Amino acid sequence: MTVPERKILLAINEETQLAGVRDIERALRDALQTRGLTETVQVVDTGDLGIAGSGVILRIQPDNVLYGNVTSADVDEIVGEHLVGGRLVERLQIHPEAEPGVYRGAQTRIVLWNCGVIDPESLEEAIAAGAYEALADVVEKRISREEVIDIVTRSGLRGRGGAGFPTGRKWSLTAQRKPKYIVCNADEGEPGTFKDRLILEGDPHRLIEGMILAGYAVDAERGYIYIRGEYGLSIKRMQKAIDDAREAGLLGDRILETDISFDIEIRKGAGAYVCGEETALIESIEGKRGYPRRKPPYPGGVGLWGQPTVVNNVETLANVPPIVHLGVEWFQSYGTDTCPGTKVFIVLGHVEYPGLIEVSMGTRLRTIIDEFAGGVRNGGRFKGALLGGAAGAFIDESGLDVEMDFDSLREYAAVLGSGSILVLEEETSIPELLHGILRFFRHESCGQCAPCRAGTRALLAIMDRLLAGNGLATDLDLMIEVAETMEARSLCPLGQSVILPVTSALRAFRSEFEALLPVVV
Amino acid sequence: MASVMGLQAILEVYEPDPANLLDILHDVQEADERNHLSREALSDVAEYVGLPASSVISSATFYSMFSLVPRGKHIIRICESPPCQLVGAESLLDILVETLGVDVGETTQDGAFTLETSSCLGVCGVAPAMMIDEELYGNLTKERLAEILEAVRSADDGS
Repeated sequence: MTVPERKILLAINEETQLAGVRDIERALRDALQTRGLTETVQVVDTGDLGIAGSGVILRIQPDNVLYGNVTSADVDEIVGEHLVGGRLVERLQIHPEAEPGVYRGAQTRIVLWNCGVIDPESLEEAIAAGAYEALADVVEKRISREEVIDIVTRSGLRGRGGAGFPTGRKWSLTAQRKPKYIVCNADEGEPGTFKDRLILEGDPHRLIEGMILAGYAVDAERGYIYIRGEYGLSIKRMQKAIDDAREAGLLGDRILETDISFDIEIRKGAGAYVCGEETALIESIEGKRGYPRRKPPYPGGVGLWGQPTVVNNVETLANVPPIVHLGVEWFQSYGTDTCPGTKVFIVLGHVEYPGLIEVSMGTRLRTIIDEFAGGVRNGGRFKGALLGGAAGAFIDESGLDVEMDFDSLREYAAVLGSGSILVLEEETSIPELLHGILRFFRHESCGQCAPCRAGTRALLAIMDRLLAGNGLATDLDLMIEVAETMEARSLCPLGQSVILPVTSALRAFRSEFEALLPVVV
Repeated sequence: MASVMGLQAILEVYEPDPANLLDILHDVQEADERNHLSREALSDVAEYVGLPASSVISSATFYSMFSLVPRGKHIIRICESPPCQLVGAESLLDILVETLGVDVGETTQDGAFTLETSSCLGVCGVAPAMMIDEELYGNLTKERLAEILEAVRSADDGS
């Protein structure tokens, strides 16, 4: 087989799929066939290119030319002019770097480094792009298990699932009782969040390597990736990557002929938000209802099948290989002192360019919205934002300059959570939005503990009557009281975190709720 | 429901271990013509993995992707997460309820569609969104909704 001279990268994501990327891919392959170019030009499916609002995009490498808003009718011209004739098709060319907002500014990509650059279904491409280098370091330089934990601890990496617990510390707290398990939490159910999906779909080998390193560090030989059932493409790509890695001796017994053994299985969720909670997820892997367990004991002591278990989020594990390979200092050159590295954010709602970006921890909210998402759509006025998903908090204009990291957000009584940023324009009704959030919690409360089961129902009932114009003067205080009881008494973070959207909405936008109350004559 | 042979074939892919329960239930439901888990199938699965039928039913009823009642040929799941709600998912749900003549959780009389909601489909970049079976639809409008339903129906008629 000849080595292809050129590659055409096709971004496959939801935006391009809706714009008909599959038809264009078919037309492209036909055109290459017709012109006898199948040996020299390779068409590669890739993930998100980080460019929004330009429909189907082709990147031609090594020429580094981007064509945007491509339709099937343009394919012949691109193949004939560019690939055969060596002439640019200027009318289709896009220059995202010259259009702020479109390229979403200068992102700092660590975990999404390969997304949109490599073919996620090719182990060879992943390796060419640096996959398994950290594993090779561990093998060649004989880095001990303790040293891996030490590197990750010193890097200051904190869990990207929302809580921000130091990853190295979590690993070092794992009990010395075998067998142990590594569980990757890919049950990404937080409304407004799809960062883990892009990693699973765009760079699955990164996650596998992160899990092998975690397994080596804590001396676990088995890993599970729990992926939500709705993520069909993620499951398919991840399974292919696992099969390829196993075939290549990167997973299984005696990896790369060392003493390290590690293997991974995928478990498919079945639609339960609460399973994103680590102990509920463990119960679900065991085949049971996803009821959270009482903590302590924590999974590090008593986890899957009662054995010591490390549960880490996808984005957390994706950070591990570059930290081990490039070192602590390199990692700490990004982000803040207490929150080093980058964070993947999902900017949604009333912005010009909704989508996903990865920037340094501590980047200001204002910068993210204005420079990376093109600002409030149609030049509208910023009213506020819901940060961190449904289990997150509202901020108003006064919070625009907050630095987006675990610690700075706490000063605004907000949380980083899943990294979701739902931007709201002036006309948005906060009570209606809160109503939607409360409906969500009522639906997703698992029903195991009474404070959450009854509390989510009570909150929704109050919100229902407020919106129907039948509210009582005491209802606003009652909502806070119910949410406080849930925070104090619920078994798991689901019930405990409902207070975040409730109190923050009532604090920042109280007048909108008061306006719903009946006028006292 | 899946024929008896079909069910056996699905079960034998897996080790008879309770840890495989959710994956088995996914496969069994997918093979079923009415998109559901019948009582008989649940008993057979329970026997295979070595659990009481009550445990298997307990797990199956917990997860929203499983249904113990027969459903339509196609499952419509419209996203009602806050990002979708913000850009009009609620009125789309009303339109679906009206066009299909069913409430959430019900199946159309011709057995073509079951209408369900989803807490978040994870495709918020193209909100408002819905899934019909495994197919994803985003940037929905009233007009597109009608077109999509029409296309699904006519694909069925043609087959």
